[in-house]
Amino acid sequence: MNYLMSFIFGGLICAVGEFLILKTALTPARILVGYVCTGVVLGAAGVYGAFTDLAHSGATVPLTGFGYLLAKGVYRAVTEEGLSGVLTGGLKAASGGISAAVIFGFLAGLFGFGYPQGSGKKSQFAIYKR
Amino acid sequence: MNKVDKIRSQYQQKVKISAAGQHIFRDCLRAFWVGGAICAFGEALNAFYRFLGADVERSGLFTSVSLIFLACFFTAIGWFDEAARYAGAGTLVPITGFANAIASPAIDAKREGLVTGMGAKLFLVAGPVILYGTSLSVLYGLILYLLRLFGADLPEV
Repeated sequence: MNYLMSFIFGGLICAVGEFLILKTALTPARILVGYVCTGVVLGAAGVYGAFTDLAHSGATVPLTGFGYLLAKGVYRAVTEEGLSGVLTGGLKAASGGISAAVIFGFLAGLFGFGYPQGSGKKSQFAIYKR
Repeated sequence: MNKVDKIRSQYQQKVKISAAGQHIFRDCLRAFWVGGAICAFGEALNAFYRFLGADVERSGLFTSVSLIFLACFFTAIGWFDEAARYAGAGTLVPITGFANAIASPAIDAKREGLVTGMGAKLFLVAGPVILYGTSLSVLYGLILYLLRLFGADLPEV
């Protein structure tokens, strides 16, 4: 059941993203930013927590879940340590994901390879500007 | 931006929107099943780490890290781009997209040097994501703190 819910809700969130990319002026890069911000706002409103109970990984794996993690971290840190938690809570909660992405991205940059010459494709990054 | 650039970008915008209209349902369906499959796979990873004895928080972290690793790996060998061309937002909206947004410009910028090349370009998309996400979370924390000073509260996250 958890798998089905994850599939359906995660898929829906992605389909909405695809629809926005196709139908509006939002580029994939703006979608990523917008989804994280949406996650923070919905998390702060207390809505996203209930949604994660329903959709499981369908809520936490998309980037809205990353925003929710930021909001959750801030809420917890402000509750536990007060004013300093305003600055430390968000990134502390997201630190594992950010560090992993930076490290693995860096390794990919060092050891990965782009498209071979003559294949007609130049950049993997092009999808973000479509 | 000068006038020619402006007109060109408006034109490209119109071309993009009219060309997209023909395949909109197909593309959304692709994003749906691939994105859903990635989330269901994340759920399986989560269950696996719980089975190994991790608590809820840790298993969530390990799941994210695993997906990020896989996304960076498949970006490094050039497969991710193929998948993203098929699935669009289906691969970009899950956490895999965040990882790919870091790995793909890093690969592109390698020949421009390690510091101002790869080191800086790595954050082309991830930078704005972290900037606006963190800014909003700090704003939220500030509101939460001030409200509590005056005896009010926001819903628990």
